[in-house]
Amino acid sequence: MTDLTFTLLRLGYLVLLWVFVLSAIGVLRRDLYGTRTASRRDKRADKGAATPAPAPRPAPEPQRGKQPAGPTRLVVTAGPLTGTTIPLGGSAILMGRAPSCTLVLDDDYSSSRHARIFPQNGGWYVEDLGSTNGTYVDEQRIGQAVALGPGTQVRIGQSVVELQR
Amino acid sequence: MTTVDTDERRPRRGAELGLLVLALAIGIGAYAVVGLQLTDALPEHFYLVGGAIAAFGLTAHVLLRVLAPYADQVMLPVVIALNGIGLAMIYRLDLGSQVTGGDQNLAPGQLQFTAISMVVAFVVIWLVRDHRLLRRYTYTAMVVGIVLVALPLVPGLGVNIHGAEIWINLFGYSLQPAEFAKIAFAIFFAGYLVTNRDTLALAGPKILGLQLPRLRDLGPIIIVWLVSLAILVFERDLGTSLLFFGLFVAMLYIATERVSWVVIGLLLFAVGAVAATVMFGHVEARVEVWLHPFDAEVYGRDPGGSGQLVGGLFGLANGGLFGTGWGAGYPRLVPFAQSDFIYASLGEELGLTGLLAILLAYLILVERGLRTAVAVRDGFGKLLAGGLAFVMAWQLFVVVGGITRIIPLTGLTMPFIAQGGSSLLANWIVVALLLRISDNARRPSSLPVRGQVAPGGVRAHEPVAVPGGGAVHAGAMPDDAPTAVGGRVGSVDGGGTDTGHGHATDQPTEVVARPSDDDQPGGAR
Repeated sequence: MTDLTFTLLRLGYLVLLWVFVLSAIGVLRRDLYGTRTASRRDKRADKGAATPAPAPRPAPEPQRGKQPAGPTRLVVTAGPLTGTTIPLGGSAILMGRAPSCTLVLDDDYSSSRHARIFPQNGGWYVEDLGSTNGTYVDEQRIGQAVALGPGTQVRIGQSVVELQR
Repeated sequence: MTTVDTDERRPRRGAELGLLVLALAIGIGAYAVVGLQLTDALPEHFYLVGGAIAAFGLTAHVLLRVLAPYADQVMLPVVIALNGIGLAMIYRLDLGSQVTGGDQNLAPGQLQFTAISMVVAFVVIWLVRDHRLLRRYTYTAMVVGIVLVALPLVPGLGVNIHGAEIWINLFGYSLQPAEFAKIAFAIFFAGYLVTNRDTLALAGPKILGLQLPRLRDLGPIIIVWLVSLAILVFERDLGTSLLFFGLFVAMLYIATERVSWVVIGLLLFAVGAVAATVMFGHVEARVEVWLHPFDAEVYGRDPGGSGQLVGGLFGLANGGLFGTGWGAGYPRLVPFAQSDFIYASLGEELGLTGLLAILLAYLILVERGLRTAVAVRDGFGKLLAGGLAFVMAWQLFVVVGGITRIIPLTGLTMPFIAQGGSSLLANWIVVALLLRISDNARRPSSLPVRGQVAPGGVRAHEPVAVPGGGAVHAGAMPDDAPTAVGGRVGSVDGGGTDTGHGHATDQPTEVVARPSDDDQPGGAR
């Protein structure tokens, strides 16, 4: 084997090592699983490029509801579970005290199966499941399924939940 | 501030396959180059061996698709690449010895052990369907760990090799039971700490901003400290002793988030280290070799001289930035070039560039382990994954630090690369457990993901009584609230929806039935 071949092999091997390591890092970068931080840029683009990035926002922001796209998560904004977030998928979210509920409320004023938030025809609706103390949307007790926009506050006992983008 | 959203979870096994092809190219390529350089021909049985390695790698990939489809996709290729590099270096040293008239022939054995290890690893993945099963064996693991550590001291079984009594002789193979004990101890520490971490974290006085534990809670750390000192004294093995104590302190820290434990651990370690240096000749010799390797007197001393260490440093220097290339260096001049000093051998032939790539590969492996610990939902899994990932990093630090003179030289092996069956087998089992936990961590669940908090969200608070169940903490502890139904309901401690804290959380790991994803109300993904 000539020296030239050997030098090429030697350096080629180091390149191969680094290609492997860097592509492994590439896979990691694409797949920081569980979380995704890229969406922020999209939001900024929505608001227009002139708007600077906002500082850390205070807790519940009602004006978030005015944004065009549909809600992506359900957030508890008041009550013992404040801060809890549930991502909205394609299926309904059951709220109540029963451990089988999606959102288990710790609340003496809520029933075990209290209310349900479900998607229909591209929108989200909230429906009371015959609870004792009722479900309130904008301080109105609801009797039937009510369409729910982002930012609309739904009160169940002491807890308030809302949909957010 | 960055917004953190749930990602859609896909197995992405294709990425693993791509990386695996590269990893196999690294191992088999090195094997070919070694043969070409030293004998001007491809190694004997090149196609057979290369084909077998590739077949094993690809089979592992397929098995992972079946057994743990959501498992981390970077770990397996990284481990296979490291293992391949190790095999190639061991084969290279064999060839080098045969060319110069020696008869060293370790590569076939190592290849055999690689095959065995991979089979065992996949048996582990297959048997342990849910890592939470392991919590049942918390105290069994402790007994197993202690027995394994003590085995080399049993007369007739233990073998004294080069001054350290850490080997046992079993069916003609010498095994290092401590390598397996580290897995058992990781399981025990995880199970023990997940139950007791509240006492360890919260009780006790606060002095100078340090939350100190109560005196009686110091028991476990003292016991582990004594055990590792006993290893040091009776088995004369600095590395293993450091490994266990480091593992325990790290897991204590992960479990409690209290810096005071690290401080206490370091203090105890310092006391032990100083005492050992003063009292035991072999430790003192190691320290002297570490501090003054180039003194003529220390260099020439036999036994316990610094010749090996200095030889390794010369090798690294000879390698320089880009290395001499496979087969062109003189790693055989260093004793144990294929096991304890394989790092120096690799440094000589691949140079700093190659070494950094290898260290980065380890870093990726460890990062994936720690990431798994962050992502998994139950406290036991968090501690176990964190502990196993840490022990690998720690072991690497102790080995590489010893060879590069950052710390005194110890007798630990470089995971996956160094020659030695027990180390290989044990580390493959560690990877198998990490793969299993990562599969659990990444598998889509119909329940919300921990740590999702609205902007400016507040931590959730007290445990609350739930009718028909145990106490359930508020907050997102998705996996367990429904799992508890019908099972034994333990005290569920969600720890709230803390985002910034890596506090591992205790959850009812005794409940192992995973809810199937479609029978849950509100399948939010």
